[in-house]
Amino acid sequence: MARKDTRRQGSAVKGPDVSRRKFMAGVALTGAATTVSAQDAVNAAAAETAATPARRPSARRPDARMAAAETGTPKELAKAVGPDGSDFMVDVVKTLDIAYVCSNPASSFRAFHESLIDHGGNKKPEFLTCTHEETSVAMGHGYFKATGKPLMMLCHGTVGLQHATMAIYNAWVDRVPVICIGGTDLDAAYRAPGVPTIHSAQDINALVRDYTKWDDQPVSLQHFAQSFVRAYKIAMTPPHEPVMIALDLGLQQEPVRAHERETLYIPKYVPTAPPQADANAVKEAARLLANAERPVIVADRAARTPNGMRLLVELAETLQAPVIDQRGRMNMPNTHYLNQTGRTAALIGNADVIIGLELGDYWATVNGFVDNGHDGIGLNETRIKPGTKLIGINSTGLVTKSNYQDFQRFQSLDIDMAGDAEASLPALIEAVKAAISSDRRAAMEKRGEALKKAYADGHQRTKAAAAVAWEASPISTARLAAEIYAQIKDLDYSLVSSANVSGWPNRLWRMEKHHNWLGGSGGAGQGYSAPAAIGAALGNRDIGGRFSVSIQADGDLMYTPGSLWTAARHKIPLLSVMHNNRGYHQEVMHVQRLANRRNRVAALGMDRSPIGTSIENPDIDYATLAKSMGYWSAGPIKDPAELGPTLKRAVQVVQSGQPALVDVWTQPR
Amino acid sequence: MKSRSVAIGLAALAASLVSWQASAVAASAENGKAAFLRHGCWQCHGYQGQGGIAGLRLAPNPIPFETLSNFVRTTNRAMPPFSKAILSDEDLADIYAYLQSIPNGPDPGSIPLLNQ
Repeated sequence: MARKDTRRQGSAVKGPDVSRRKFMAGVALTGAATTVSAQDAVNAAAAETAATPARRPSARRPDARMAAAETGTPKELAKAVGPDGSDFMVDVVKTLDIAYVCSNPASSFRAFHESLIDHGGNKKPEFLTCTHEETSVAMGHGYFKATGKPLMMLCHGTVGLQHATMAIYNAWVDRVPVICIGGTDLDAAYRAPGVPTIHSAQDINALVRDYTKWDDQPVSLQHFAQSFVRAYKIAMTPPHEPVMIALDLGLQQEPVRAHERETLYIPKYVPTAPPQADANAVKEAARLLANAERPVIVADRAARTPNGMRLLVELAETLQAPVIDQRGRMNMPNTHYLNQTGRTAALIGNADVIIGLELGDYWATVNGFVDNGHDGIGLNETRIKPGTKLIGINSTGLVTKSNYQDFQRFQSLDIDMAGDAEASLPALIEAVKAAISSDRRAAMEKRGEALKKAYADGHQRTKAAAAVAWEASPISTARLAAEIYAQIKDLDYSLVSSANVSGWPNRLWRMEKHHNWLGGSGGAGQGYSAPAAIGAALGNRDIGGRFSVSIQADGDLMYTPGSLWTAARHKIPLLSVMHNNRGYHQEVMHVQRLANRRNRVAALGMDRSPIGTSIENPDIDYATLAKSMGYWSAGPIKDPAELGPTLKRAVQVVQSGQPALVDVWTQPR
Repeated sequence: MKSRSVAIGLAALAASLVSWQASAVAASAENGKAAFLRHGCWQCHGYQGQGGIAGLRLAPNPIPFETLSNFVRTTNRAMPPFSKAILSDEDLADIYAYLQSIPNGPDPGSIPLLNQ
């Protein structure tokens, strides 16, 4: 990665010293010289009052020169000479080794766009054309989870950012850095009237301030350089989060100002060490864990990297403690006997010590909510025994904001450590090893043996459950997962997004590498999976050797179907297998629930599910949709016997470097 | 006297169970499949009652009818209760008949894809 901290060389070109702001300063001075002072106005008014009682203005009317200065159209600016401001901006971006900028083109960043492709050579970052800003952000979301590197997205600061907001919220909740840049033309007096003015705002960042970690609106090129590097640094410090920079069109289009030509520099980026849990709290947590009879480890977004997964395995093996993987990331290999996710309720209910690592919702981990109470309030019930000790390591508390409620319900903990779990695990593991007494080791080994048996029993139950409705049409989600796995199990696969298919891939596939599973959307906003999968597949392509597969929900795809074109246009190899249950299934059940609660029969209209929740009549032909955008495609597949051969052909297409989509009619979940 | 009351109670219960069973046996699996779809059971339990993340497995080999019926009418768990006003006894019996008609699937040990 290029890291510069040298003063930028000034341009040898010495052109007219014209800048828009200096021009405006001249106008201001001129105005001041021709404006009547307040005292003059008072004196004049007093004199006129003495001469005539008629009502007069309190100040003199502006003369022609003054009126022209205030209301006239400014002269055409002289062609500025000198290095372009947006070229310098691209130089700044290039120091951070950002591979791509995902964007739908827009006039408010036209200068930056032109500099990217002409001054920057359209390399690092390369401009990827997106058909919707939601796609731009989600591609960065998926790319980071596959590679650990952030992408940039560019959008109109108003209408484009409005499109992007849901995807930014997803990234925020999922703790993923995306560098968001919004174009805006701040100068109300000189920007183009009409649409460009409609597309400008005083403070575009306000739209996403509640769910970005930091934002700024630079007013000079040096300010931009500092802010861009700062934004990158903040986004990449755990907890990772999106950041936002407002990019003034005037600043992009102006040449470098005279006083900056000799002084501009690009700050050096140095990563910030992630925050770690307090050492004394770690020791106390280790003491509780080492002495627990039935400790349980719960992990959500704990393993940020492959090393995080290795550390979690080491902690679990040291304690011989079961791990419940809430799957925000690939935390624990599902082939390890200590991965006891399938026994969550029993383990939580019997635990005497629970440690939660980067849990998105600690309350719901140890409490139950049943959406079936009187008056729609629901039933709340604890899942743990009285006296169970609760420990947490979580970095979310370091960036909690007020408005959006992604911080979930409040849960009191016995030991609550603010810090990044992955960064804190080495110290915790060492502390646990030190706290385990010799008389505890035999008990731990015995616990481990019982967990091995429970794991084996659970594996058999999983297979038995998968076999039910094996020949069903529409195809069962278990069969769908098993058929896909049969085609990719010998490849270094990466499941880059997964629809709600009852967790079958996590239950049936061997998942042992960090990139085998990338987790979900975070904010549960529809429109994530399709573009995030494409972004992740792009990252996997760049890393090389990985095969990207997505189980794509039908409702989700219809938010951003244009993302398919981006994948085809940029030759991003991805196998998308549709989980086409022809409905917004979560909502199907919600409406049914409310109808029952009110003792009414839910109206179905012409569909299978309550009015407004189906995606049928007409059925969407996803294979044709994908084909129209340059995909290889097949389907809809309704007969389970046809699925395997079709997937085999699709895998071959993807291995040749193209995206492919197979539409499959499936059971609801 | 006490033992006689108990005997009468047991007889009534037995008659009731026979009645339930008779009603379930007399019910139509074909109608039950339609009712299973119409009343939205498939939404959480799948078209063949196989279950999933949103609902338990109902078939094959469903739980006893009276247990199922009591649960359907009175549940305060994740599944919303279905009163008689929205799901008649006849429809519920037909649904049970449909669940009973769903055959056992293949032995998971015999499915290569589940033993990869």
